[in-house]
Amino acid sequence: MEIAGNDAHVMTAREAGLVGCRRCARVWPLGTQVCGRCGNRMTSRDTRSLQRVWAWWLAGLMAYVPANLYPMLRTRTLVSSQEDTIVGGAVELAHHGSYGIALVIIVASVVIPLSKFMAIAYLAISLQRGLKASPHQRLGVYEIVEYIGRWSMIDVFVVAVLSSLVQLSGVATITPGPASLTFALSVIFTMLSAQAFDSRMFWDAQAEDRNQSKEQTT
Amino acid sequence: MTSSPRQTDLSALIACPQCDALYTVAPPEPGQRATCARCHTVLIAPRRKAGLNIIALALTMLILSVGAAVFPFLRISVAGLSNNASILDAMLAFSGPQLILLSLATAALILFIPIARAMLIVYVLGPIVADRRPFPGAARAFRLAEALKPWSMAEIFALGCAVSLIKVGDLANITFGPAFWMFAILVVVVVVQDNFMCRWSVWKSLETTPTS
Ligand SMILES: [Zn+2]
Ligand SMILES: [Zn+2]
Repeated sequence: MEIAGNDAHVMTAREAGLVGCRRCARVWPLGTQVCGRCGNRMTSRDTRSLQRVWAWWLAGLMAYVPANLYPMLRTRTLVSSQEDTIVGGAVELAHHGSYGIALVIIVASVVIPLSKFMAIAYLAISLQRGLKASPHQRLGVYEIVEYIGRWSMIDVFVVAVLSSLVQLSGVATITPGPASLTFALSVIFTMLSAQAFDSRMFWDAQAEDRNQSKEQTT
Repeated sequence: MTSSPRQTDLSALIACPQCDALYTVAPPEPGQRATCARCHTVLIAPRRKAGLNIIALALTMLILSVGAAVFPFLRISVAGLSNNASILDAMLAFSGPQLILLSLATAALILFIPIARAMLIVYVLGPIVADRRPFPGAARAFRLAEALKPWSMAEIFALGCAVSLIKVGDLANITFGPAFWMFAILVVVVVVQDNFMCRWSVWKSLETTPTS
């Protein structure tokens, strides 16, 4: 692959007066609205992407709060009936000695979602304020968020599996609680929030810095 | 590079979808990958006989997914009572609105979306492999298949089954059913298929053989 520019400075499609399609990587003259190859809508930089990021972020957070307050699982046995929240269920597991599984649940349902909210907020704020962060670092955070976020769905699947499996009339039944739905929604909303980013904007701040320093030296 | 990109043919250029860096296309040898020098996104990664392999893997995925829906994935037995759970059972167990919504969402993420992706990919790549014109709407079909990719969660479900097994393992005797192993194989097939898939090459072949 040859860079269309010299080694010191990577030329972007925008600087070359072109717009790149984010779906199929084809380039078109700047101002082209729809990609002629794949039909994707194109913008050189999606300036409204941050609004969508924040909207989905807020929706995700609003769904995440009840997901932690209401029960995830309802277990009914002959002698007892019990409702478990996400954290309560993990604590219960730890009491029974299953530390590994308790850890998986806590990481997937608490650590990952919370760090995801913080990471998305950090990325959005750093873009809005034009903070000087290394684009590599930002892209790293972004890629981790995109890759890991889906795995939070595991607790929802566990509830779905258990409640279809443990249907032993009389002896034990497990039914999903309201938190299973709000938690699933929270995962879906934060995935949409992360997808709304225009990652090309992470690199623009760096390019602007360099252009400014170039102007100062000449 | 002395000539301005404006004068060169635009189809000979490629813009990194992650960081917008502009490159002149120089397709690597099969098995090699061309990555973005700035952000290391894989731009082009052609593989020999990729089309045929991807179609074969997509058909495998279809068969495995249908099997995984019908056969039980876990079996529970306690105090003489036993129960098999398959995804089909889970969807048909109308015990409360929450369970219905939850099983529909689960079925969509682990069955319908993967099956739809496999069918879309066969629809797009079939004619290309046979050196025919793409079917109508192939570009839209491939775009949809790509957009659905993060929502296909069979591998997460497989781990969910394993966690469930341990979670109620001390209350009852639980064993994996055939569908669990189908999911496990499915996870591997998905990874291998993704490795064969060079998006740029697919778009290129859709472009050179016009749809209309
Ligand atoms: Zn395109
Ligand atoms: Zn790049």
